Amino acid sequence: MAETKEESRIGVFICHCGTNIAGSLSVEDVKEYAKTLDGVVVADDYQYMCSTPGQSKIIDAIKEHNLNGVVVAACSPRLHEPTFRTATEEGGLNKFRFEMANIRDQNSWVHMHDWEGATNKAKDQVLIAVAKARMLEDLQPKSVPVEHAALVLGAGVGGMQAALDLAGAGIKTYLVEKLPTVGGRMSQLDKTFPTLDCSQCILTPKMVDVGRHPNIELRTYTEVEKVEGYIGNFTITLRKKARGVLTPAEALERGIVGGGCNGCGDCSEVCPVIKPNPFEMGMAPRKAIYIYHPQVMPLLYTVDFDSCVKCGLCVEACGPEKRAIDLDSVDTFEEIKVGTCILAIGYDLIPIEEKKEWGYKQFDNVITGLEFERLICASGPTTGHLIRPSDGQTPMKVGFVLCAGSRDNTGGVAKPYCSRFCCMYCLKHAHQIMEKIPGAVPYLFYMDIRAFGKMYEEFYYRIQNEGAKFIRGRVANILEDPITKNLMVYAEDTLLSRPVAMEMDMVVLAAAIQPKPEAEKIRQMFGVSKSQDGWLLEAHPKLNPCGTTTAGIYLAGVCQGPKDVPDTVAQAEGAASAASIPIHTGEVQLEPYFAQCIDSLCAGCGMCVNLCPYGALALVEKDGRTVMEVTEAKCKGCGTCGGFCPGGAIKMQHFTSPQICAQIDAFLLKGEDY
Amino acid sequence: MTDENWNPKIIAIICNWCSYAGADLAGGARIQYPPDVRAIRVMCTGRVDPLFIMKAFQDGADGMLISGCHFGDCHYLEGNYKCAKRMFLVKNLLKNIGLDDKRLRMTFVSASEGGKWGAVMTDVVNTVKELGPSPIKKYQR
Repeated sequence: MAETKEESRIGVFICHCGTNIAGSLSVEDVKEYAKTLDGVVVADDYQYMCSTPGQSKIIDAIKEHNLNGVVVAACSPRLHEPTFRTATEEGGLNKFRFEMANIRDQNSWVHMHDWEGATNKAKDQVLIAVAKARMLEDLQPKSVPVEHAALVLGAGVGGMQAALDLAGAGIKTYLVEKLPTVGGRMSQLDKTFPTLDCSQCILTPKMVDVGRHPNIELRTYTEVEKVEGYIGNFTITLRKKARGVLTPAEALERGIVGGGCNGCGDCSEVCPVIKPNPFEMGMAPRKAIYIYHPQVMPLLYTVDFDSCVKCGLCVEACGPEKRAIDLDSVDTFEEIKVGTCILAIGYDLIPIEEKKEWGYKQFDNVITGLEFERLICASGPTTGHLIRPSDGQTPMKVGFVLCAGSRDNTGGVAKPYCSRFCCMYCLKHAHQIMEKIPGAVPYLFYMDIRAFGKMYEEFYYRIQNEGAKFIRGRVANILEDPITKNLMVYAEDTLLSRPVAMEMDMVVLAAAIQPKPEAEKIRQMFGVSKSQDGWLLEAHPKLNPCGTTTAGIYLAGVCQGPKDVPDTVAQAEGAASAASIPIHTGEVQLEPYFAQCIDSLCAGCGMCVNLCPYGALALVEKDGRTVMEVTEAKCKGCGTCGGFCPGGAIKMQHFTSPQICAQIDAFLLKGEDY
Repeated sequence: MTDENWNPKIIAIICNWCSYAGADLAGGARIQYPPDVRAIRVMCTGRVDPLFIMKAFQDGADGMLISGCHFGDCHYLEGNYKCAKRMFLVKNLLKNIGLDDKRLRMTFVSASEGGKWGAVMTDVVNTVKELGPSPIKKYQR
């Protein structure tokens, strides 16, 4: 149907990929078939097209045969399109004169035992690719400048590390945290395995640093409201939640010299409202005007307007000099412009109470690992004395249920994956019990102990030698003695092949972890996919673990998948490095898959204008007619307009209607009719 | 009803960000499925002009698959919604010209659903095989 302007001179190159492709289909047959196709002047094959000699074949062939289109039949364009585009360019062609036939990921690997079927499919794939290659046009990528600023969402240890790295590299970094303080999950932990460093002690320097760093704009008690734009030019609307308390700077803005919150806590003392403190896992009280813990950053009180009764006692206590409390404050919005974003939004425990067999929330003395952290922590609700919630007694026999909801295919709240850090923190808890309570014995009910990290296995041996008891078997159920509140733990000791029933003073559930409930909304705003298990999806599990499929958005920490602190920090540093590259380069190249209006065909109906999700299209007057005009900087190339235009007046570059129709025709009519 | 050796001609138009990536993932995981579907990659299912589908059936396609991101997951915010809406129109159109609308299917396969892609492929091929060759072929010259 469509006319090709110039005579097609296409080169087809087929990759064996070792035996990945050549082991499942006949490369020779595909090559001979390619030679018979209209427009193909050369067809060749090679062991590894992506290798230097393989690419040289393409470059040499372009020059020797004066090619004007290149087809490589190999792996996925999602993997090697950039490689072969570069080779095409080196051969002297425009890099968009290249098309790929995916005969590996979508053929040889999925039809491994159907030699004929796979070979026929590969022939068709080459045919379809050649049909498109014959109609490709020269395109120029569009360069856009990159905003010299970055956003890090989530100020746990990962987010803080990423922000510090970016800021250290001279990039203005907005560190946005939903809670009133930075610190995240790690600030709730008592000790860290396997070194037994005090978690707060190693974390607080970082918390102080993010508060002080001249390049970090800290936004606590703030959420992302809206995300617009693309790599290099994100416009992000932040919702600063009503905090009810002014910083000294905000007080000065209101003309209160020397005012604002200094963290004295007088307000909290007089507040009559008492609520459970989520930082202490609800085991300690907080007031309606509160700080989470003494080491908060920034040291700034927050009014919980959901529970505040607006009695005004705090305002009185704060006094006429500071005047830091404003009970009428409202949410405010701020628009920031950044070049790249890092998501480090962390995790939650699963609602382990829904695994009824273990009795969490039914029995007082069944607690979670995080509650244990707070109970054993010197700054926790019991100042570090491990006691039974039921009667305040010191537990002498403590059971640990490992893989509580992890590696569990029974559905419901259970997760099929390994939560990765539970084995190690249970070992650490076991050590802490034996250290703090002479004579106390921890019993660990485990499936496997996964001590995979540096010095982790050695730590496991140490705990074994210290006298912790290990029982290999998942706990079937837990029952409570209604009088003593002791717990009967029923399990199977799979090493001895016999059921066990043991009476414990307390049981700690190493509950599985899951994505935060708000992760769904956040990932949709930023255009990030999720894995099957619900965690945010990286661009490539091996080779791009920090990136996402949306250019300019990167991931750090557990939000991408379960990780311990060292891995989270390492990924955060990787994400910061990746996020700084476009910023330091100063410009990014966008693929030129823009919509274009063919004015002579456009009837000016304006349907496309309403369809465009980016507001990139508008109706304008041109030569006395109303036609559509595209703002290329806003167009992302989805083609939704082109898929609808009743007049066929919209040309989607690199995915034009004639190109797609040629692909369809090629396969169905085998080149006979077009 | 159909010849044992008959292989249906099925075209899939799939989006780059979810279904194409899911299909690649199926490859990496070596999930085996019948080789009768030929995929054409577009950036978004929003790009799918109803005329592409009509063209394919006119050319004698036995079946067609359009596959994109799950609702809410579209890389371009809402292209998949718009495509899904058009599918109702096209399915009606197919019924009106006497084609079984089961020959056209829209699915939502994410970049992490390699297993689902394999299942979709198998199911699409089986469905079309049950329906037999497209009747439009008879009227072609």
